Amino acid sequence: MEIERHEYDVVVIGAGGAGLRAAIEARQQGKRTAIVCKSLFGKAHTVMAEGGAAAAMGNVNSKDNWMVHFRDTMRGGKFLNNWRMAELHAKEAPDRVWELEAWGALFDRTKDGKISQRNFGGHEYPRLAHVGDRTGLELIRTLQQRVVALQQEDEKLHGDAEAYIKVFQECTVTRLLKDMSPAHGPGGAIAGAFGYWRENGKLILFDAPAIVLATGGIGKSYVVTSNSWEYTGDGHALALLAGAKLINMEFIQFHPTGMVWPPSVRGILVTESVRGDGGVLKNSEGKRFMFDYVPEVFKAQYATTEEEGDRWYTDQANNRRPPELLPRDEVARAINSEVKAGRGSPQGGVYLDVSTRLPAAEIIRRLPSMHHQFKELADVDITKEAMQVGPTCHYVMGGVEVDADTAAASVPGLFAAGEVSGGMHGSNRLGGNSLSDLLVFGRRAGAGAASYVNALAGRPKISDEAVTDAKAEALAPLQRSGENPYEVHHELQRTMNELVGIIRKEEEVSEALESVEKLKERAQGVGAAGSRIYNPGWHLALDLRNMLLVSECVAKAALLRQESRGGHTRDDFPGMSPEWRTKILLCELTPDGSEVIVQEQVQPPMRDDLIQLFDRDELKKYITEKELADFDALAKE
Amino acid sequence: MSYKAKFRVWRGEGGEGKLEDFTVEVNEGEVVLDIIHRLQATQVPDLAVRWNCKAGKCGSCSMEINGRPKLGCMTRMSTFTEDETVTVTPMRTFPVIKDLVTDVSFNYKKAREIPSFTPPAEVKPGEFRMQQIDVERSQEFRKCIECFMCNNVCHVIRDHEENKSNFAGPRFLMRIAELDMHPYDVADRKDSAQEEHGLGFCNITKCCTEVCPEHIKITDNALIPMKERVVDRRYDPLVWLGNKIFKRSSSNS
Amino acid sequence: MTQTTADSPARRQRAQIKERTLRTDPWWRYPLITFIIFMAFLVYATWAIFDTSYFMAPYHAPFASPCLATSCPEGARLFGFAPFGDWYTLPPGLLILGLPAGFRFTCYYYRKAYYRGFWLSPPACAVNEPHKKYTGESRFPLILQNVHRYFFYAAIVVGLILAYDAVKALIEKPDGLGTWILIVNAILINLYSLSCHSCRHITAGRLNHFSKHPVRYRAWNVVSKLNAKHQELALVSMFSVMGADLYVRLVAKGIIAFSFA
Repeated sequence: MEIERHEYDVVVIGAGGAGLRAAIEARQQGKRTAIVCKSLFGKAHTVMAEGGAAAAMGNVNSKDNWMVHFRDTMRGGKFLNNWRMAELHAKEAPDRVWELEAWGALFDRTKDGKISQRNFGGHEYPRLAHVGDRTGLELIRTLQQRVVALQQEDEKLHGDAEAYIKVFQECTVTRLLKDMSPAHGPGGAIAGAFGYWRENGKLILFDAPAIVLATGGIGKSYVVTSNSWEYTGDGHALALLAGAKLINMEFIQFHPTGMVWPPSVRGILVTESVRGDGGVLKNSEGKRFMFDYVPEVFKAQYATTEEEGDRWYTDQANNRRPPELLPRDEVARAINSEVKAGRGSPQGGVYLDVSTRLPAAEIIRRLPSMHHQFKELADVDITKEAMQVGPTCHYVMGGVEVDADTAAASVPGLFAAGEVSGGMHGSNRLGGNSLSDLLVFGRRAGAGAASYVNALAGRPKISDEAVTDAKAEALAPLQRSGENPYEVHHELQRTMNELVGIIRKEEEVSEALESVEKLKERAQGVGAAGSRIYNPGWHLALDLRNMLLVSECVAKAALLRQESRGGHTRDDFPGMSPEWRTKILLCELTPDGSEVIVQEQVQPPMRDDLIQLFDRDELKKYITEKELADFDALAKE
Repeated sequence: MSYKAKFRVWRGEGGEGKLEDFTVEVNEGEVVLDIIHRLQATQVPDLAVRWNCKAGKCGSCSMEINGRPKLGCMTRMSTFTEDETVTVTPMRTFPVIKDLVTDVSFNYKKAREIPSFTPPAEVKPGEFRMQQIDVERSQEFRKCIECFMCNNVCHVIRDHEENKSNFAGPRFLMRIAELDMHPYDVADRKDSAQEEHGLGFCNITKCCTEVCPEHIKITDNALIPMKERVVDRRYDPLVWLGNKIFKRSSSNS
Repeated sequence: MTQTTADSPARRQRAQIKERTLRTDPWWRYPLITFIIFMAFLVYATWAIFDTSYFMAPYHAPFASPCLATSCPEGARLFGFAPFGDWYTLPPGLLILGLPAGFRFTCYYYRKAYYRGFWLSPPACAVNEPHKKYTGESRFPLILQNVHRYFFYAAIVVGLILAYDAVKALIEKPDGLGTWILIVNAILINLYSLSCHSCRHITAGRLNHFSKHPVRYRAWNVVSKLNAKHQELALVSMFSVMGADLYVRLVAKGIIAFSFA
C-alpha cells in the first residue's frame, strides 16, 4: 500500500498550547511546519484549564516581579525544579501573555484597563491572567486563530495558505524515525515521524529533521483522572523509543477534589475555592475528618476544633485556618485513607458540603461555575446537597529531559515542550504555572527546532527498513483476533490507580511492576476487529504500548525514590530527604527496547545569584548540610 | 438503578448507512456518550464516535439525539424515560465519515475566510488598554467551544447544500461580530459580512441560539447587532440618498 | 482548508436519513400556535380598520389613532388638526396603521415567528423546510427587512401618540376603565418599541468603546434588559393593543355601557 509522504522542516506533535506556540514560532522563523494532532484542531486538553496563566506582570500588585515568581515556583516544586527552566519561565511569561493579547486574546481587565490577575495557591501576589474560569479555552482559541492568521498571510504571499504551516488533524504518530548513519553522531538523528489517519486508517510519513513533542500528559493510565482520552503518554513513549530520556516520572499531581459521580464525569475537577469559601469535607459518618489528619509540621497553623475553623472564615487574624485548607497532597492523602478505611461515600469518595455552610444565593454568587457544573453534569444542586469528591490524577511533573534554553532532548532533532517535558515544575506544579509553561517553552522549542534546522549540514534520511517496521507495528493489531484492548487498558488503569497512586509502598509498587510486565505481554496479543476506518479499538491497541511504557517508568522511579516529596508519597518513607533532592531519576529504554531502566543523576546546583534570592531559614529545610555551607560561604563574599 | 435501554444508532460509512437497534445497559447518572462507549466496549468495538473532554468544554461529541443537536457528554440519560427509544445520528449538515463522526472541515475552511484580528500597527504587545465593559461583548462570543452545532442546525446550509459556499454560518458570523466589536480591531468588516460571508442569508430564526451548549445569545447579541451595523453602512436611506446625490460608491463610505 | 485529512471519494456525502426530522417532541406546537395567534390578529385588524366606531370621547381606539382627516369626529383629531383635510374619506386606520404594522412586520422577533409559523423556513430547529431554494434576507424582497430601523422611529412617534391619547383620557375621565386600559396599553406598546434591537443598536450597540460613552452605555444596559424580553413584550403588547382597541369600539357601540366604562 502506498504511504502518504510529506516533507517538512519541523513537525510538531500535539496541538495544545505548547504545540501551537511551537509551530507558530517555527513558522515565524521561516520554517515549513506541520502540526499533527489526535483530535480536531482546537480541541486539545488545554481547553480544560480554568484558573489562568501565571505571569509576573505586576498589574494588580506592583511588587510582583520575575524573582518572586521564580521563588514561588521553586518552593512549589520543593526545590527539585530545573532552576534554569524556572528562571526562564518566570522572566518570559509576561511577554508571552502580552503577545497573546496582540493576537486577539481578551483577558479580564483591571480598572486601569490592563490584564487583570488573580490570586492562586502558592503564588505570593495576584498573578494569574485569566478569562473567568475558561482561560485555557481562550489560550487555545487565540493560538488557533494566530495559526489561521499566518495561513492567511501565506495565502496572500504564496497563493497557498498551507505553504508554511499545515495542520494534520485526527492523525496519530506512532513512531519517530531516525537516521542512524555515522554522519549524524553515535545515536543517530531524528529524520521523521510515522503515523496514521484516525479517520480512515491510512498511513502517513513525515520527512523532517526536527520534531517537537507537545503531547501533554499520561493521565489515561489511571482510572480516575481529570485528563482526556488523548493523555496516553504518547510523547513520553515516542521519546523513550527514539532513545531520549525521561526525568521525574515518579511525580504525579493528584488533585484532592475531583468529581466521583456520575461515572461519566469521574475525575473532573472541583475547584479549590469551594473549600476556600467554607466547604467542608465529611466522611460517611458525617464527621469532619480532616481534623484527624493535620501533620505535626502544620499543627501550629491549623485549627484543632470545628468552632475555631469556622471562625476563621470571618476572622482570619485571630483564628487558625481549618484543616480542609491543608496543601493539596495532604488533603488527597486524607481522603484516600478515609475511603480505604471504609468511611467513604457510596460511590467511593467523601462528601464535600457547602450547602449547609452558606445560603443558596451566596453559593451561586461565589461558585457559579461549580454550581453549573454539578447541575448540568451530575444533576446535583450543591446548594441543597453535598458533593461527592475524591482524588484525581491531574498532571505529570515528569517528562522528556530537555535543555532549558532550547527545549532540545538528548536525541539530535528532538524537542519537547509543555507537560510532556520534565524538570520545570520539580516535584509539584503550582496552579497557573502550566499555561505559562506552555507558552514560554512552546516558543523556545519552536525556536530551538528552527535554529537546529538552520545549523544542519545535511538532512537526515529515513530508511525504508524503519518504515517497514513502523508499518508492521501499526497494522499488527488489525491482523490479530486476540483479547479486547479495552480490557487490558482497564486492568492497567486499575493497577496504577490502586498500586502506584497517591500513596505508594514498596510492596505495592513491586506488585504493580509485575502486573505491568504481564500486561505488556497481553498487549502483544490484543486484536481490533473491524475496518481501519475510524476504529477506536485499533487506536487503543496502539496507544496501549505508550501507556504501558510510561506506567513502567512511573512505577520504577517511584520504587527507587525513597522519600516523600510533592507528587510522590511513600508510606514507608514519609519524610523529605535533602540528599534525595540532589538526585534526579532518569528513565531510558534498554537498547532492545524491552525494558525501562532507571538511573540516578546529580542535579546541578543552583546558580549563585538565584540561590541568593532565598532566605537561609527556608533553604535549610530543603538542602543538605554541605549545600548550606556553600550557601553561607557565598553570603560572606 | 440500572436498566436496559433501547438505542437506535446510525451506522455507516460515507453517507450510506442505516439506523441499527441495540439494547444496552444504562446505569444511574450516565450520559448518552457513556452509553455509546458501552456499545463500543461490549457490542460494536468499531463504532465511531468523536469525543474528548467529556465535560462539555471541548465541543467534540456533537451529535443528534432524538433529532436534536446535542453534546453527547451533556445529555443525561435521566432526561429520557426507561422505555423510550433513544435515536442517535451524526450531524446532518456535514458529510459523514463513519457512524457518528462527520467531516467538519467546512467549518475550518470558513474560519480561514474571516480576516484575522487587526490591531493598529503602532500598538505593541503589553500596551493594550481596554476596559472590562468594552471587552465583555466579545468575551461572550469567545466562550464558543466550536462544537459546530449552530452551523449544523442552521437551515440555510442544513437544508440547502448549495448555500455553503456563500454562507459562513452562525459560528463565523459571530466571529465577525466578535472582531467588529473588539475595541482595537481596525479592519472593516461590515460590507464583507454582508457580501462575502452571507449575513443576509440569516433569517434570525434563532436555532443557533437554541442549540448552543455554552448558552451564547448568538442571534440577539451577535447576528442581529451585526445586521444593524450593516444597516448603518448600507441600508440607511439617508446615507444612500447622500451617496446618490454626491455620486459616491456606497461601499467605501 | 486549515487542516488536512486524507481524501476519499465517499466522504463528501451526508448521512442519508430519509426522515424529515427525528425529533420526538411536539416541535410543531410553536409554529402552529404562532400561526393561530397571528392569523387571529390579522383578522381582527382587518375588521377593525373598516369598523367606524373607533371614537367615544375621551377614548380613541388605538388602531385608528392618530386620526388625520376631517372625516374623524372633532375630538378624535390629533391636536385638533386634520392635515389630510376632507378629500380623505377612507378609514383613518388605513392611513397610519402601515407604520406600526411595518414596525412589527420587520421586527426581529416577528420575523423569526412568521418565518417559522407561516413560511416554515424552518418550521422548527432541525426540521427540514419544504422549500427547494433559499436566499433569505440576502436579496429582494426580504432584503427590505433592513428598513426596520426607520419603522422604529415611526413606532416611537405612534407610541407617543397612544400615550398622548391615554393621558387625554386620564384628564377627562380618570375613573374610566377604558382610561386605564389605554394607559396600560400605551406603556406596553412603548416598552415593546424601546426593547427593539434597532433601539439597542442606536443607544450604544454601534459603539466599540462603551467606556467613553457612559450615558449611552447606561441606556444600552436598560434597553438590553428590555431586549431580553422582546418576544414577551411583542406578544403582550399585541394582545393589549387588540384588547384596548376592541374595548373602545365596544364602548362606542354601546355594547359596554356600565357607568365607569
